Amino acid sequence: MVLRKSVLLPGTYYFSGNEAITEGAIAAGCNFYGGYPITPSTEIMERISVRFIDTGGVFMQMEDELGAIGSIIGASWAGAKAMTATSGPGFSLMQESIGYAVMTETPIVVVNVQRAGPSTGQSVRVASGDIMQAKWGSHGDYQIIAFCPWSVQEAYNQTVQAFNLAEKYRVPVFLLTEEAIGHLRERIEVSRNMEIFNRKKKPGAAPFGTKESDGVPPMPTFGEGEKLLITGSTHDEYGIRRVSSPSVQAKLTSRLNNKILNNRDKIIDYEVHYIDDADLLVIAYGFTARSALFAIEELRQRGKKIGMLRLKTLWPFADKTVKDISGKIEKIFVPEMNRGQIAGEVMKYVCGDVVSYSQTNGEVIHPETIAEQIRRLC
Amino acid sequence: MARDLEKYLRNRPTRFCAGCGHGILLGAILRAIDELGIDIDDMLFVCGIGCGGWIPSPNINGDSLHTPHGRAIAFATGAKMFNPKLKVMVISGDGDLMDIGGNHLLHAAWRNIDLTVICANNMLYGMTGGQACMLTPKDAYTQTTTQGNPYYPFKFCEVLAAAGTPYVARYAVTQPFQLIRSIKKALQTTGFTFIEAVSTCPTQFGRRNQLGTPSDMLKFLKEKCITRRKAASLSKEELKGKIVTGEFTDGED
Repeated sequence: MVLRKSVLLPGTYYFSGNEAITEGAIAAGCNFYGGYPITPSTEIMERISVRFIDTGGVFMQMEDELGAIGSIIGASWAGAKAMTATSGPGFSLMQESIGYAVMTETPIVVVNVQRAGPSTGQSVRVASGDIMQAKWGSHGDYQIIAFCPWSVQEAYNQTVQAFNLAEKYRVPVFLLTEEAIGHLRERIEVSRNMEIFNRKKKPGAAPFGTKESDGVPPMPTFGEGEKLLITGSTHDEYGIRRVSSPSVQAKLTSRLNNKILNNRDKIIDYEVHYIDDADLLVIAYGFTARSALFAIEELRQRGKKIGMLRLKTLWPFADKTVKDISGKIEKIFVPEMNRGQIAGEVMKYVCGDVVSYSQTNGEVIHPETIAEQIRRLC
Repeated sequence: MARDLEKYLRNRPTRFCAGCGHGILLGAILRAIDELGIDIDDMLFVCGIGCGGWIPSPNINGDSLHTPHGRAIAFATGAKMFNPKLKVMVISGDGDLMDIGGNHLLHAAWRNIDLTVICANNMLYGMTGGQACMLTPKDAYTQTTTQGNPYYPFKFCEVLAAAGTPYVARYAVTQPFQLIRSIKKALQTTGFTFIEAVSTCPTQFGRRNQLGTPSDMLKFLKEKCITRRKAASLSKEELKGKIVTGEFTDGED
């Protein structure tokens, strides 16, 4: 853990979400960006291509998203803190190599500025439709970490956290933001120092297996004489392919999943509002949580006892938290700009009433819409 | 002396079929590196999926990055651009580099990224059982061209050379000395360099095309391959079915 000066002078700035994500990446030490233009994420790539001139990072505009995700994985193994940003269609193209990054335990940060889908959809409109895809988009069973900011300040902070957790757990980390946040302009505070985490190094140690309790092996870099054997095939702790061994497959897939699941408590982040005496709990995230909080505060003024659990990380899912909090509150309401992707997860862990509210018209959910839906329930 | 090259290899047998030309290519690559005195720890080998991808990984005792199918050049670009001190060599098959990977290949050539690509051309997708791909000869029988391949093999080397790539060559494993010399030249040339190394697959290609033994396939290559100088003297008809070998960037044979 290293305290590093933010590259921006400390102070107050007026940024869009996309600009804040770029600056957060630079503050975290991002020094490689491989990208491809796609609305509504393109400003991230454009800004970083200019900022890297001053900060000394390497910028590549690749030929497609397959090239983008490939280039950041290659760069990460060459020692870089690497990032890319995209939206739905590009995110779909990246899935194969995301699985490769999981399997090879490559730290990378992938920003998805979510837009209305499916397919080309509405490039300039908002949705939260790619949440399940971030967790299940590549084939096979695996765990990833995903953040969801509700403000431009949080977009900045969570980008730094994303790099830190990618390095700490050697896993792809996603910033699942929404177009509404990407294009929102707000004041943010940039602090003098940030906590920065760098990957574990241990020359000569096995790069793909460990007996350490956190399940994270040290990570060599190309050119250190470690004679790295990196492969997406099932492999042993030295990277030797073991495609016929049931025990190696079981051991590897267990460790890759448990590496995240066993450290859930250190990864999952959330906050609560007005839950102590609540009769109804709203579970919300991202831009929708802003509307939800506004609606809740209005309803509270009219005597309705509504509380909110705001998810700040979406994966791993906060199953224990949801279970605990819902144990004391009978009704749960989950408003989303998708067709119930988080509501479905909530239902898995909660016995009581979970009402899923979907709005998928390309627009943000208005506080009045949330208030009206809640009024119908209680 | 005969076992000098073992210092470049991990101590395990290769997985190639008996008679696979990729073993000859692996030897040629290691000889080129050895003759140039390059420290293997300064190198990075990047490969894709397929028999060609198994040439460096896990055989070569150096850093290797075995990527998803077709993506070796994209991954290599990221590694090289972040750490230009790495001497990067991409070794992969014709289907991996030219079919699924063709776009990345064109773009690395366009950017003139300083790395060397060795395309192990066994004229089909071998690992998956012998399906046709871009460099399959016309009329050849493969798993997906059971009535004969309707397409001519694509002249990717010629395309790269025409686009201004610093060094482009095609040699067969039946031309080992030219191949070694060419690999050395590519490694010493700054910028994007590309060698199509024509190889043999007795198991998939040979078996279906009446060339079932390794020596049949090697003889086949010896007959099919002609030098550029020789090709210049042949008619279009006579050229059909021939593989033109040589360097495409400075006119040598």
